Amino acid sequence: MSDIQADIAGQTTTGEAGFGDYVQLLKPRVMSLVVFTGLVGLLVAPVSLHPIEALAAVIFIALGAGGSGALNMWWDADIDRVMSRTQKRPIPAGKVTEGEALAIGVALSGISVVMLGLATNWLAAGLLAFTIFFYAVVYSMWLKRSTPQNIVIGGASGAFPPMVGWAAAMGSVSIEAALMFMVIFMWTPPHFWALALFMKGDYHDAQVPMLTVTHGRRTTRTHILVYTVALVPFALAAAFTSIGGPIYLAVALVLNLLFLIGAWRIWRRAEPAAEADKYHVERRFFRLSLIYLFGHFAAFLIEATAPAGALAAAIGWGF
Amino acid sequence: MAIHQDHELHTRRWSRNLGVGLTLAAFIALVFGLTVVKVQNGSLMQGADHTYRSEIDPANQMPVAEPEQ
Repeated sequence: MSDIQADIAGQTTTGEAGFGDYVQLLKPRVMSLVVFTGLVGLLVAPVSLHPIEALAAVIFIALGAGGSGALNMWWDADIDRVMSRTQKRPIPAGKVTEGEALAIGVALSGISVVMLGLATNWLAAGLLAFTIFFYAVVYSMWLKRSTPQNIVIGGASGAFPPMVGWAAAMGSVSIEAALMFMVIFMWTPPHFWALALFMKGDYHDAQVPMLTVTHGRRTTRTHILVYTVALVPFALAAAFTSIGGPIYLAVALVLNLLFLIGAWRIWRRAEPAAEADKYHVERRFFRLSLIYLFGHFAAFLIEATAPAGALAAAIGWGF
Repeated sequence: MAIHQDHELHTRRWSRNLGVGLTLAAFIALVFGLTVVKVQNGSLMQGADHTYRSEIDPANQMPVAEPEQ
């Protein structure tokens, strides 16, 4: 009897994940962002897909993101065990084995690319395949542990989903898709560097060469300001394309002004002051960055609706 | 009070089996829906139905005229 109990106890430690553990492996929070931006890219395109095709496209884009998330967790299991932020992920927690994560990542990546190609077109599928490759191989396996520019270049993988959505609807890419890409691409470094400023010891303990670790916190603050300034023209330029309009311009002006003020405050702060108030300004900037991205893409979506089009026509807005 | 109490391991297995099963069912439903949409949106298609039809016989296709030199 005791033998049986010992056997069951042994099995619970590995390879007996619940379904929720598999869901966690796909990074659902990242997936939600991918679903949202990919859906916006798809819906703002001038050509509309059949609702079932659009649903399938968004599901397969999300599955691709989930697959690359699983591959990332498989590769990064060693540093996830060290960082407090990631210790509860399914592999470090012992709920999913590394082999399972690899198998799920590869399978979901393959299925998502092939099915997106069959459901929409092969340009969209190719872009999704490149996105998965970029996140799993270029970012996770290569850049993340080798250069402080990891977030900058690796941010491209998070920026592709709206372009994939646009390509799924249109069968091509254009300036609008490129601007949506650039907004996320330029937004990613300030977003993650703000996080790195207040998640102080994590990246250092894991020996991940984040800018805060390699070049110090003063340089990171300067970089946040520089990238925020560089982001603004792309965000505003989108207003004057077919996906923009007066509502988007108003939202973008407000959000970019707030984002610039936030970056300026971070740049001005000295480290002792930040430590004294437990990185209040940095945390607020991080939260604002989430609102910033959501706000821009929600405004794109609003501009694609009929009332927004009527408003633009009424005031003679035409691009 | 229940006579039999499931081990936590079995609860996890049940959740995994149910989740994977529902995911596969959703995938099948999605592929079925996609197939219906693709067929409805597709242009007129003619498949072989074991009856001779001259309009799909390659021998009866009009040759493409060569441009004159």
